[in-house]
Amino acid sequence: MRVALFVTCLVDQLFPHTGQAASDLLRRLGVAVEFPPAQTCCGQVAFNDGFWDEARPLARALVEAFDHADAVVAPSGSCAAMVREFYPVLLRDDPGWAARARQVGRRTYELTEFLVDVLGVDEVGARFPYRVAYHPSCHGLRALGLREQPLRLLRHVRELDLRTLQGAEECCGFGGMFAVKFAALSAAMLETKIAAIEESAAEFVTATDVSCLMHIDGGLRRRGSSVRAVHIAEILAAQ
Amino acid sequence: MSGPGAPIDFAANARAALGDPFLQRALRTTLERFRELQAAVIAEVPQWQALRTQAHAIKLHTLGRLDRYLEELEAQVSARGGHVHWARDGAEAARIIARLARGRRVVKSKSMTSEEIRLNEALARAGCEVTETDLGEYLLQLAGEAPSHLIAPIVHRSKESIAELLSAAAGTPLPAEPERLTAAARILLRRRFLAAEVGITGANFAVAETGTVVLVENEGNIRLTTTIPRVHIALMGIEKVVPRLGDLAVFLTLLPRAATGQRMSSYVSLITGPRRPGEADGPEEFHLVLMDNGRTAIHADAVMREALACIRCGACLDVCPVFERAGGHAYESVYPGPIGAVLTPLFRGLVTAGDLPFASSLCGACGEVCPVKIDLPRLLLELRPRVVRARGAARWERMFLRGWSWVMRSPAALVSAGRLVRFTRRLLGPRPRWLPYPFSQWAASRDLPPAAPFAFRERWRR
Repeated sequence: MRVALFVTCLVDQLFPHTGQAASDLLRRLGVAVEFPPAQTCCGQVAFNDGFWDEARPLARALVEAFDHADAVVAPSGSCAAMVREFYPVLLRDDPGWAARARQVGRRTYELTEFLVDVLGVDEVGARFPYRVAYHPSCHGLRALGLREQPLRLLRHVRELDLRTLQGAEECCGFGGMFAVKFAALSAAMLETKIAAIEESAAEFVTATDVSCLMHIDGGLRRRGSSVRAVHIAEILAAQ
Repeated sequence: MSGPGAPIDFAANARAALGDPFLQRALRTTLERFRELQAAVIAEVPQWQALRTQAHAIKLHTLGRLDRYLEELEAQVSARGGHVHWARDGAEAARIIARLARGRRVVKSKSMTSEEIRLNEALARAGCEVTETDLGEYLLQLAGEAPSHLIAPIVHRSKESIAELLSAAAGTPLPAEPERLTAAARILLRRRFLAAEVGITGANFAVAETGTVVLVENEGNIRLTTTIPRVHIALMGIEKVVPRLGDLAVFLTLLPRAATGQRMSSYVSLITGPRRPGEADGPEEFHLVLMDNGRTAIHADAVMREALACIRCGACLDVCPVFERAGGHAYESVYPGPIGAVLTPLFRGLVTAGDLPFASSLCGACGEVCPVKIDLPRLLLELRPRVVRARGAARWERMFLRGWSWVMRSPAALVSAGRLVRFTRRLLGPRPRWLPYPFSQWAASRDLPPAAPFAFRERWRR
């Protein structure tokens, strides 16, 4: 199985360790991983903010970059959902591109979804001896329907103590531009999430998306909390 | 709705709501309670998801043949001795109802459609004495306020402030005890019922096949409104029609569970025309007002049409983390929450209500619970480019996203821009004292992520 890693712009430029962990993990499971260098950003930030004309060229470029891949795997539920669920909407006035986008979308997976549903793996040989709270990021949860996959993988990590997170399925308040345009609301939502994380007595909070984690970690750091956010790929790659 | 009005500043409204600790507590407890009640009774229905799909299909089918079903409804209501009136907009609907009720004593049940057209103001101008008879709406009428939730209209008020309102109405001091207050309101309202000449209701559904108006409630006030006065006027938006009586099996399973978390509401009234010879109760005259007021425009919009499937249960409000913190009044609309953020721009314009579709993190909780399966997150998304076209965007936002799009069109540009960003981030230190807008908005409550040492693509080895 050959996999094209759709690393996402945020991981590429700001969280490279997450990308390395994702590729290490896939290779450890016997997957040949490649990185199509033409990839940049899926365009979600512009799309979600109503700038569809600005998002379209990015969508077309991404489809082009992954056109020949057997499977496209992203360490992000939100960017995978953008390709799979929203490219057909964004590109609907251009039937040729919409069809190509659907082709790529059918082969696009979020990382934990790919591990569990495609590779059929629960146990990835990881060890992470810490208390961990799992926050199901909204797009993965609701646009892709990822409920069990990340949890099954985490439950099989040796010595990992998976804590219960109250109101786990409630949004952390990130929402892209929402976090700056409605900063007070975003901060209030984050406060609820952080209170639940602290309540869980976790040492780490994890999720399938670095965007939500950047937001949560930013709030934790601002509070001087010792809890750190870590992407699920880094936990699953740890040995 | 009555004119577009000044642009709604949702961010400012939300900040004000966040600064009100009573409101925050009231919203959280009420919505948590709703969610618990709803989850329990929804779990009892194994075919819940199939029912949602079916309800969606019935609504979309009906909307696809709306003209035919409305004409069938009109024919059936007329055949049973009722009068049907067509109203192009809110002003016309209000005129029709004011003409029928002129100068008389009116009792009214809770109806969002009547709020939408400010019916009470028109009735007051026509010399009517109007009493809202739903407890929450009655209290709002005493307070001169607008509802802040579709089914819990007075969630923003404390029992102490309610005691003040009712004490003034009763002319005697009342303690802030819910049972005592409810009993006092009951006495006040009972007098109004017994003296009423006209009863005005909305309609949860109207069945085309039989000409039946369906009303769902818990307080018995609708039963009284539709039986005591000589005249019953029902006001409904044209999208509330359903084809067959059998369709109610679907909708009456969904609505109470999604709305109040009940298996069935305490009262469900099926009203088919006025009192017939030999019948013991019911009004002598029955009028049905079928109102458009912007609905045909939404109907003609292929993307937005499904918003007309809404049955006003309020479930999307109850799960919305934005609604839970901003409250209903922040939307400055009869229809708040996710469905309000879709309907209000469609009713009142993309400039006036342009903030609302953006006031969502797109978490999708609303779409997941909607009992008629309206894809609310997608409708919010679809409205956003329309708003950008209609009223533009802030300068920083336009520059930022155009710049983003330009950089991301080329991997080489991304590499250079990424280096600049990481370099700048290192210069700024862990918690920079000053940042330009919009980064300042981020940093108001969150630290910036630490500087990455390199880009992933720079270290990639096959």
